[in-house]
Amino acid sequence: MPVLEGRGLGCHRGGRVVFRDLSFTLGAAAALVVTGPNGSGKSSLLKVLAGLIRPSAGAVLYEGRPTEEDRPAYHRATAYLGHADALKLVLTVHENLAFWNRTEDPARLTQALESLGLAAFGDLPVRLLSAGQRRRLALARILISAAPIWILDEPAVGLDDGARRALAAVIAAHRADGGLLVLSTHQPVDLPGAQGLDLEDYAVYDLPEMVW
Amino acid sequence: MRPFFAQVGRELKLAMRQVGDLAMVVLFFALVAALFPFAIGPEANLLQRLAPGVIWVSALLSVLLSLERLFLADYEDGTLELLVTGPLPLELVVLAKTVAHWLTAALPLVVAVPVVSILYNLSAEAVGWLMLGLALGTPSLSLVGAVGAALALGARRGGVLIPIIVLPLYVPALIFGVMASEAALAGLSAKPYLLFLGAIFLVMLFVAPLAGAAGLRHSVE
Repeated sequence: MPVLEGRGLGCHRGGRVVFRDLSFTLGAAAALVVTGPNGSGKSSLLKVLAGLIRPSAGAVLYEGRPTEEDRPAYHRATAYLGHADALKLVLTVHENLAFWNRTEDPARLTQALESLGLAAFGDLPVRLLSAGQRRRLALARILISAAPIWILDEPAVGLDDGARRALAAVIAAHRADGGLLVLSTHQPVDLPGAQGLDLEDYAVYDLPEMVW
Repeated sequence: MRPFFAQVGRELKLAMRQVGDLAMVVLFFALVAALFPFAIGPEANLLQRLAPGVIWVSALLSVLLSLERLFLADYEDGTLELLVTGPLPLELVVLAKTVAHWLTAALPLVVAVPVVSILYNLSAEAVGWLMLGLALGTPSLSLVGAVGAALALGARRGGVLIPIIVLPLYVPALIFGVMASEAALAGLSAKPYLLFLGAIFLVMLFVAPLAGAAGLRHSVE
């Protein structure tokens, strides 16, 4: 059972304390919604959880073991979506996605494109897609990763209502499979039973459903 | 090994989709090499004697031109963060990208040498030695360049920083590359110099992926 735990996490960026002494535990199917004003350290926290930045204090534990002990194994278990979409504009939608398809199952790829409404654009170069469609394609990469932990930095940026509903459905399916996720957001996403983490006061609380 | 070749293949595909960038590097090489005869004058003996050095320096500058895009695009569009945490060890990612860089930005220069050397009235034998030296030396240029490109990531004036880091490190390859041609043309054995070029390549093959990966890791932090 995947369990992600942050224990006394602290982070310094450029000599400034971004956050400190931050702890939380996420079991299977759990979701952590990180909120906070701009510059409060949401992205830094997500990068720490994705293993991109080392925390200056504390540790991230996966299934009870510090992730530092076996970083490749932890990286295999996580899928990270940053601010940037990590797409190559001159490659087609299909080519962009196929490179990240670790399971090498083509059916998975078509399925991901379909569930995010991109099935019709498979052969189009990404430079012809709109910003929202590019975000969807970036999300499709998470979808095909088969990773139990999703770390999504503002996944809903630029998405229209339909895509946002598709995102909610995709996340619900991921949690139904026992996967867990951490996401930061300013925008409403329907996430029943999610925990909230406000980086203004570092308190973990139970999100009342549909606070948005 | 499959992820490694997948990475090389992706880089080659990306390069082929932007083939104009590659053509520009070769064109730059030809133009720089063509400038020297204009500056030096039409003395055939002098041009023949200077040709190996001039063509080597031109190739070196051309390789430099293509180094910035080695990691910068991945850094800017977020791909680098995924490569750092990806299934392929970052050292091998650096190596894969360097292999693709050599194939697309350095190998075309070696192929262009016969055309460029017309201006220097070089014999077929001299052209052959020059191409052999470049073929053996340019992989080291790509490898050292990858380290420079990785270190310059995130710096404000990365494009200027890369030549400053890389050019001094190119000197050994330049010396032995030019010496190989000159020795062969003087009727001496080029072998010791070619062996030196090979040795530089082997050392760099080991060192550059390690140093490059360290630079990349630092840049995403």
